[in-house]
Amino acid sequence: MKFRTRAIHVGNEKDPETGAVVPPVHFSSTFVQPGAGEWGEFDYSRSGNPTRQNLEQTLASLEGGTGALAFASGMAATHCVTMLLKAGDHLLAGTDIYGGTYRLLQHVVGPSGVDVSLANSTQLDTLEQAFKPNTRLLWIETPGNPLMSITDITACAELAHRHGAWLAVDNTFATPALTRPLAAGADLVMHSATKYLGGHSDLLAGALVAGSEELHGQLYYLQNACGAVLSPLESFLLSRGLKTLELRVHEQCKTAQQLAEWLSGDARVKRVLYPGLPNHPGHALAKNQMQGGFGAMLTFEIDGDLAKTKRVAEATQLFQLAVSLGAVESLIEQPATMSHASYDASDRAAHGITDSLIRLSVGLEDVADLRADLDQALNA
Amino acid sequence: MNQDSLIDAKPANDANSTLAVHGGEARQKLADSVTDPIVCASTFTFENTQSVIDYIEQQQPREEYGRYGNPGEKIVEKKLAALEGGEEAILFASGMAAIVGLFMSKLNAGDEVVFFDECYHRSREFCSKHLARFGVVTRQVPACDYDAMESAITPNTRLLVSESPTNPHLSIIDLERFAAIGKRHNVETLIDATLATPYNVRPLTYGVDYVLHSVTKYLAGHNDLLAGAIIGSQDQLESIRNLRGIMGAVNSAHNIYLLQRGLKTFALRMERHNQNGQAVAEFLESHPRVEKVYYPGLASHRDHTIAHNTMRGFGGLITFLVKQADWKETAKIVDAVTVPRIAPSLGGVESLIEQPLVMSYYECTPQERRQFGIPDNMIRLSCGVENAADLIQDLTQAFNA
Repeated sequence: MKFRTRAIHVGNEKDPETGAVVPPVHFSSTFVQPGAGEWGEFDYSRSGNPTRQNLEQTLASLEGGTGALAFASGMAATHCVTMLLKAGDHLLAGTDIYGGTYRLLQHVVGPSGVDVSLANSTQLDTLEQAFKPNTRLLWIETPGNPLMSITDITACAELAHRHGAWLAVDNTFATPALTRPLAAGADLVMHSATKYLGGHSDLLAGALVAGSEELHGQLYYLQNACGAVLSPLESFLLSRGLKTLELRVHEQCKTAQQLAEWLSGDARVKRVLYPGLPNHPGHALAKNQMQGGFGAMLTFEIDGDLAKTKRVAEATQLFQLAVSLGAVESLIEQPATMSHASYDASDRAAHGITDSLIRLSVGLEDVADLRADLDQALNA
Repeated sequence: MNQDSLIDAKPANDANSTLAVHGGEARQKLADSVTDPIVCASTFTFENTQSVIDYIEQQQPREEYGRYGNPGEKIVEKKLAALEGGEEAILFASGMAAIVGLFMSKLNAGDEVVFFDECYHRSREFCSKHLARFGVVTRQVPACDYDAMESAITPNTRLLVSESPTNPHLSIIDLERFAAIGKRHNVETLIDATLATPYNVRPLTYGVDYVLHSVTKYLAGHNDLLAGAIIGSQDQLESIRNLRGIMGAVNSAHNIYLLQRGLKTFALRMERHNQNGQAVAEFLESHPRVEKVYYPGLASHRDHTIAHNTMRGFGGLITFLVKQADWKETAKIVDAVTVPRIAPSLGGVESLIEQPLVMSYYECTPQERRQFGIPDNMIRLSCGVENAADLIQDLTQAFNA
């Protein structure tokens, strides 16, 4: 079955007891067992819940993995991955990554004794030099946040495996509708499912999809031990959102492409960072790595200082000023003061996150309405 | 900035995606949430006695008790009104609750209602069995026979009713002509546009008085809630709203939220339902085991011209007859499909399939089924938003099974 059909049907088989087309939501925290010391399929909802399991089956199918795990948030999922490491191990991450991931690695994982370093994952030579004998995990994000850099997943997988490390890919921006990192050789995919997978700005969730039974087993053990599982109601809402994932993402990509082209021809805009533009440094790679669109996130730099940038971000009427992304409602934000405020100022400068950047999350609204809104806001 | 949102003020010529996402919603919401909260209150508090008096004297519109309305419900009603291009919408607990609410508020003993006969059998049953008990006279005329409808009007006639497209024959009503008959005789008109949705046609723009929806179908779209709605002018809906407060067929706050969430992708889903419906209908028409396909998007359909001129697309519902098959051979095809599930209802992301003989008309006599135009070899397929190639491949194997 094709991707979109699987998104609707895998993990959503009809309820055998009632015939319900949509599986029931199981709120039960605990499950009655067949006997003392005998265990049924489910015992306690932290260890497994039927509604969460349905969702995990859908996620595993969409990413092409052996198993998936649903978490209370994207950060909970990322944190679970870092728990695979122990003091003395080295974790290597790209530089164009989510501010929250940066904070977790630099200020939580690092101080616990794991050796953390960042390197530009779009420069394979630089990246290779950053490997150490104790490197256990390479963490990349593509498209990167907020600069929309494109990292070569296949090349990174080869590199990581040559050095005896796992490759984990934060696939939040691309979604499995556009990119399937496991097929490109990655060992693990992470999602902030709050974004495109949920898609409606109304839940927080994270997901991990493993490419092997072994890795899935290790991560399951950690999830159960640490406990940051997704609630049944959120699992249901997320499953419901997945049914329109491909429709939403393809439509949002189409709109983002049109907005990117329009912005890059506008004199008030200094540069547009969008992988779908031929002048984007990662365009050729993205064309190969992303099928069906270049994502619906785009960043642009305006001709103005921090204050002017702030005014523009605050002047839109349809785009709403908020962090997060990937939903039906279009959002606008200023990375320097919002999504990437948790970067150290020096790192922000070093990684090119300037004060005049504006990041858009393009929603499902009509492209003409969004263009008109940006047009008036740029005059603010 | 005007908090009432630019979307409300904007004249929208069609039910587009911006309207589906933002229509009826305030830009700045409670607690600065990007989505509206679920307000689970059964009742709403008053600050003091004077505020109760102010409310009763209607100087201060506000909530009172859950049965009279809920903040979330008001937002969804505004969104539905915006999508239909109507002044106001009223939500009910189901499509049947909506049509019953309209009938009960508009018809009195001695009044008459005229139906086009291709209609949902439960609507017909409510009129013939229950409205009759209250002395309301129901007349039926063949669908699309406008002269017959006009001739059936008497001085007591209060309402003309039709679906468009009809179910399961997918006949298309000439809405302009239908509305004009009502206007000429000073009789109100109602169109059940569940199968069309405002994405494909907006009956109010043709002069129809009321649009009815089983919101359960395309509008909600996920096969996971029941709801109904009537859209029309504020004046005409007032008595229906008052009656709803007494009858109590309202939606829960949770149901309303799922509906609002479903509506966000409404335009997107409809575009895909239309594409899948057209592709599968064309496939079926060319298949040697198919005798006839009812789909307004096919040139062979009796009402194709009027459909083509008035609708943006034709939805995901397709009815077809299997060539030289009795009911058992027809059932074999239904049982052999693997993607659509066997179930009544339609309009959700999951494709559904049914044999009307078995599903809705099993208890009818063969003669009644002939009268309703339900042959034994009829299959009704509601195309979801799955990949069209998967649906076609699945039907192909089912025909060969």
